[in-house]
Formats: sequence, structure tokens, C-alpha cells
Amino acid sequence: MKKEFRNTIILLVIGVILFLILSFLMDTEILNRYYGRIVILICINVILAVSLNLIIGITGQLTLGHAGFMSIGAYAAAMATIQLNVTFPVALLLGGVAAGLIGYLIGLPTLSLKGDYLAITTLGFGEIIRVVITNIDQLGGGRGLSGIPPKTTFAWVFFIMVFTILIIYNIARSSQGRAMMSVREDEIAAEAMGINTTKYKIMAFVIGSFFAGIAGGLFSHYLMYIKPEQFGFLKSVDLVTYVVMGGMGSLTGSVLSTGILTILPEFLRFMNDYRMIIYPIALIVIMRFRPQGLMGTKELSMKIFDKFSKGSDEDAAFKGK
Amino acid sequence: MGGGRQMEFLQQMINGLSLGFVYALIAIGYTMVYGIIGLINFAHGDVFMVGGYFGFFAATMLHLPFIPTLLVAMGGAALTGVIVEKIAYKPLRNSPKLSILITAIAMSVLLENLVRLKMTTDPQTYPETLLPAHVIRFAGLSIDNRQLIIIGMSILLVVILQFIVFKTKTGKAMRATSFDKDAAALMGINVDSVISITFAIGSALAGAAGVLFGILYSSIDPYMGIMPGLKAFVAAVLGGIGIIPGALWGGLIMGLVETFSKVYISSSYSDAIAFSILIIILIVKPSGLLGKKTREKV
Amino acid sequence: MQLLKVNDLTIKFGGLTAVSDFALNLSDHDLVGLIGPNGAGKTTIFNMLTGVYAPTSGTIEFNGEFIQGIKPYDITKKRIARTFQNIRLFKDLTVLDNVKISFNYNVKYNLFHSILRLPKFIREEAEIEKKALEILKVFNLDGKRDELACNLPYGEQRRLEIARALAAEPKLLLLDEPAAGMNPQETHELMGLINWVRDEFKIAILLIEHDMKLVMGVCERIIVVDYGKVIAQGSPDEIKNNPKVIEAYLGEEVTDA
Repeated sequence: MKKEFRNTIILLVIGVILFLILSFLMDTEILNRYYGRIVILICINVILAVSLNLIIGITGQLTLGHAGFMSIGAYAAAMATIQLNVTFPVALLLGGVAAGLIGYLIGLPTLSLKGDYLAITTLGFGEIIRVVITNIDQLGGGRGLSGIPPKTTFAWVFFIMVFTILIIYNIARSSQGRAMMSVREDEIAAEAMGINTTKYKIMAFVIGSFFAGIAGGLFSHYLMYIKPEQFGFLKSVDLVTYVVMGGMGSLTGSVLSTGILTILPEFLRFMNDYRMIIYPIALIVIMRFRPQGLMGTKELSMKIFDKFSKGSDEDAAFKGK
Repeated sequence: MGGGRQMEFLQQMINGLSLGFVYALIAIGYTMVYGIIGLINFAHGDVFMVGGYFGFFAATMLHLPFIPTLLVAMGGAALTGVIVEKIAYKPLRNSPKLSILITAIAMSVLLENLVRLKMTTDPQTYPETLLPAHVIRFAGLSIDNRQLIIIGMSILLVVILQFIVFKTKTGKAMRATSFDKDAAALMGINVDSVISITFAIGSALAGAAGVLFGILYSSIDPYMGIMPGLKAFVAAVLGGIGIIPGALWGGLIMGLVETFSKVYISSSYSDAIAFSILIIILIVKPSGLLGKKTREKV
Repeated sequence: MQLLKVNDLTIKFGGLTAVSDFALNLSDHDLVGLIGPNGAGKTTIFNMLTGVYAPTSGTIEFNGEFIQGIKPYDITKKRIARTFQNIRLFKDLTVLDNVKISFNYNVKYNLFHSILRLPKFIREEAEIEKKALEILKVFNLDGKRDELACNLPYGEQRRLEIARALAAEPKLLLLDEPAAGMNPQETHELMGLINWVRDEFKIAILLIEHDMKLVMGVCERIIVVDYGKVIAQGSPDEIKNNPKVIEAYLGEEVTDA
């Protein structure tokens, strides 16, 4: 498995280089505050999209409440910082755990049933979360929660994004990931081959929700002020659009589409105003004519790096090792 | 003052029933579509909304009286429902479920925002003149006549539906198709038509519900379909998805639960309570009150 | 040695009794065929044996344990594996991944190991890869290991399904119409394959089939069901000449070519 190791190192190195470049650009204001903001939002959205892809793309379970878990993380992390005075990483973790826990509670009854129910149940759940938060005064209610310390920096967001991608990528390429994909492909056959489909659906759902919670925590400590409306159905639809366009099951696709779809509304006025008409139409067209989205289930191949390595496994075998 | 409490209770019963019938009309549409193609029509709540707007136009621009307004709304909603079916469900009939679900959600969002574009987010008010409100004094109760009319109208529509489903050839075809699509096709039934008709009828009922809702609550807005749509879905599951009487009972229960929880528990959490019913049903008896366990053919 | 003992297996769907009082005894190297007209209940019997349906009454005893009504994925752990009438491969997964899935229930490493790529993960994955490739080689599919399952020609898809089932290391293999859609040449090869599998993997095989040439040529014993009931049981010769069987098939050719 030397190749695995090598690939991981390569990805991390690329990540660090990218970070240094972007950091430099932002620090020296070549990328001014406005662009810097977009970059950070892209990173947060990528965490959301990639974690959602685990649930929808890899496990084939349509959830429409991902933004709800983001809001749980956002509020939980914010409260942890404000009320409990914990450090930022701890706050983020608490947000993620809170989201994951609620994900488990919601997932348990609904994931053992047919797929149709999950979609509408998670939709309803997302709405309910919003309603509940709006009614809790300690969380600011409808007016929102302000006074959240600005702890999120580009470094935090970027590296958490990189780790999220890495973790989910590793999960996908493991026996657990294969089990999740088999659930997506054919539940009945999966069960016949020994896969406890409910267990893996819940696993994907909880992990996805956990990372949504982390993204939420980053979000609240960046904007310093959050309100329930930001985490509604429309946000969940945005996220589903990112995943579908990028290709369900392709993490690379999610990164690309998230980047594109976060930037476009910022620069094209009509994209922003008519977003909620363009996106649905795009989804309908994609589902009809190119359901695999941008990249299908493929990832950017690591094979291009084979040229640079000293000798691949095949070579070693050939030399009679 | 025992008498006062009793009056209050009966009053809320009527409130709950009129709301419940509105939910029931929407829920029947969900359940009919599920019975025939095995899918939850995500855009159904928005068809309800579209019906409300059609009714609004009929009443304000064309100045039509109550019944014609209702008919226009039902017709407009039926048309919308069939268009949704033709775009989102028919072409994807052999696609994976995920694709169909995503397309349905997209249609839902699209409908909401097309209406929003045309009508802005501001709520529109249903004209008072459509169904003038009178208070009927009966047995010490003050009843809003509109509620009685809503209840009466809903019952009439359900009766008509029963007639169609059980006494007409079309209804027979619908029942056959919902039992076994392939067998129905082999018997010479045009399955495509039956599916479209099912969507049309279910949507028409939802459209009627939209008008009744507009009368009941005076205002309509592009997003008015989301919550009632969800609750009607819960109602359909509660009663047993695919079973029409189940949708009726489910709707009534949801209406009563919501009304009573608003009054006796908390207004803000009534939505959450309605929703918890869904979770409870899914845990305890997923096939619903009137439902039977079905097995997938392997 | 007694492997499978089925007694009085009955299942009712609403008012309809699909299968009644089905009984079967299998020893651990038997090769038995289950035949009958369409709708006789054969796949329903398979579905009960594999936990997809829970029988209304009756027992299924496998290796001394009662397994009726337990979940399909637990049945696999008891070492019963199956193929499906309409091929159910994991279409968008590679040939290799399709086979790897069957090793899942024995995997010892958890998520933690997967995420961090710990040595335990690396070792077991290498093991799985090795075993999966071995099975593919046996079925002549190792050259197509990275091909998507949906891109394989029909005959190879059927072979892959059998390979995948065997990867689960079953003691009993259930084949549901393995020859469906095959031409005579492919059917002939399949017959050889089934015999070979039974001998090489030392397992019992129960198969449903409509192709009489295959059934008569390969099965040591045949059970005939009609309308959910067993109407005959015996060797191929006995079944061939059984009037009840002939009647059930209404004149269909029960003799082989």
C-alpha cells in the first residue's frame, strides 16, 4: 500500500502549497476582503458538500435537511464559546458532536425505511429545527444570535476542509465505503451479501451530519452573527445542487461544483437573483440528460503522479522482489 | 364555568375539523399518487399553493363567485399537476429513485419561485366577498359559516371522489393500475393515461384545498404550500400511505392535533408536534393506521 | 451430513397461500434442483431461505440452528449465499469491488482504522484484494477487474454474480435461474461450472431453473413444486417419468434432447 501513503502525502503537500499561495494573496490584499470572504465561504461550502456527498452520492440516501445540521453545529459551537468559554477547536467539536448525535436520533427511525420517507422527513426536520431555534430566546430566537467571537480564520477553514475531504475519501475507499456504495446500488443484493444496510445508512448519515455541524461552527465564528433563516430549506437545496452537479459519489466533483456555484452568484447578478429558478431547472435537466453530473463517480486520478515516483509496485514485482 | 369550557372545546373541534379537511384534501392527492406510482409527489404541496393562486385570480380579476372560483382553481391545479407529472415523473420512470426524488424537489422549488417571481413574496389577500362571513348562532356556539361550508365542500368532494374511484370505469382502471401496473397494461388499460388522471384528480383536490385555505386564513403566499404539504404528507402516512380513507382520517387527526396543540400547549411548537407524529408513526407502525405491511418483490 | 432441514414451510400473503408445507433435506455436498411452472413459489422459497421473507409457519434448520425469519445479512453470516433471478450486481462498482463486498461481514477493522489508514486496515485490505482476485481468476474475470459491472456482457455478469456469492464462503449456494438468457453453448459451460464449483468449493447447491437440459444434466435430485406445494421429489429419471410432473408442465418437454 505504499501508493496509498504516497498519494496522501502528495495531496497534503498540494494542500499546503495551495494554502500558502492563497494566504499570501489574502494577506497582501491582492485578493481583497471581498474575495477573501468568498474563498472562506467556498471552503465552508466544500465541507458541507463533501459531507453531504457521503450521504447522497456514496450511500444513495437523499437528505434535504443538511442545513439543519449545519445550524445545530453553528449554534452549539457559538454557545459553547460564549457560555462555556471553551477553546475554538473544542467548540467546533461540540458543534459537530451535537449535530452527529441529533443525526443519529433522526436517522434511527427513518433510515430503516424506504428512501422516499427520508427525503421528506429530513426536509421536515430541517424546518422544525428552524422553528425550534426561532423559539428559544437564549439562542436569540428570530432576531438571531450575535456577539460570536470571530475565531474562524482562513487557516482553520482551509485545513479542516482538507482533512474533511481526506477523511471522507478514506472512508469511501474502505470496506465501510464499499458497503455504503452497495447500499446505493442495490439494497437487496447488499443484504444478501451480508451487509447490514441500516447500519451503514446511519453511519453515513451521522458522519455527514457531524461534518455539517463542524462547518456550521466555522460559519458562526466567521460571520459573528447568525439567524435561523440562513439554515433553511433553500440552503439545503443549494447543497444538494452542488453535490448533484459535481457528480454524486465524486468528491472531486463536489469540490469543483461548489467552487463554481459559490462564485457564480457573487459575480453574475442574474445568477443570484434567479438562483432559485436556475438551480432547479439545472437539476431537472441534469437528472434527465446527464444524471452523473460533472464527474460521475470518478475522482481526479492519482495516476498522473505515477510518472514522478521512483518505482511503482508493479515494477517491484517485476524485478522479482 | 363548565359551560364556557365546553363551548371553547366544541369551537376548537370545528376549527380543527375545517383545517383537518383541508389537510385531508391534500393528503388524498399524496396517497393516490403513491398508490399508483409508488412515489411521494414532492411538488404536491406547491400544487395546493398554485390552486390557491388560481382561485385568487378567479375571484379578484374575473370576479367569479365561490363555486366557479373553486372550479377554476381545481382546473388550474389539475393542469399544473399533470405538467409536473409529464416533466418530472414520466421521463424518469425507469430511472433510479434518487433521480426522480431530486427532480421532484427541483419542481417544487421551481414552482414556488416562479410564483414568487410573478407575485412577489408579499401575501395576497383573498377577497372577503368570495365567501362572506356570517356568524351562525347554534346551541350557544358562535360558528363561522365559512368553516361549515369548507367542511361541507370537502365532504362533497370526497364523496365525488369515492364515486369516481368505485363507480366509474376510470376509477376501476385506477384501482387496477395501483394493484399491479403490468397486469393492468396487459388488460388493455392505458397506464400512462391512468397515471395522468390520478395526478389530475389528486391535484384538483389540492387546488380546492388551496382556495378553502385562502378563505380560511385570508391570505396566500408562494411558500404557503410547504408546511401544509408536509403536514398533509404526515397525514397520508399516518392513515396509511396509498389508502384513500386513511388520508381522510389522517388529515382530520392532523387538523385536530394542530388546533388543539395550538390552543392548549403552545402555538409556536404546534409544527414540531405535528412533525413528531411522523417520527412516532414511522417507529411504531410505518404502514399507518389503516395500512398493511407490503413486501417488495425480489 | 445434514446441512439443511426445512419442515412445513408455509407463507401466506394476505389471503393467498404462496407456499405450503414445503420440506427439504440437504446434505453438505448435495446438488439439488427446484423446478416447477412459473409462479409455483420457487423464488418465494428461496426468499424464505435467505431471510428476505419471514415464513408464516414452519422451520428452517441450518447446521443445527433455526434460521427462519432472521435478517438476510445474518443469513449470509451463517454461510448461505445466493444469486438472483434478475441479476443484481452492483452496477456502478467495479468487478473487483463487487466481489470484495462479500468479504465485508468478516472484516475486523473499523472506521477508525479506515480513516487513519492504520496497519490493520492495510493488512486486511491486502488480504481482501488477494482473495477477491483469486476468486475472479477462477472465474476468468480477473482481466476485467476494474471494469464496471454494468459493462460486462450478460454471460460474464452471471458468472460474476456466482463469483460474488462464492466470495462469501458459503456452505450452501442458492442459484436462482442461473441459465436464464443463455444460449445452449453458454448453458453447457454453466453446467460444467456448477459441477466444478460444487466439487472445488465443497458446498451444497440448490438451484432453481427452467432449462430442463441443465437440471436433468446436473442435479442429483430434483424437487418439483406447483401452486406452492411439493408434487414430486426424486432423481432426474424418476421426475422425467412422473405423470404429476408432466401434467403440471402441461406437455412441456421434460425429456432432455
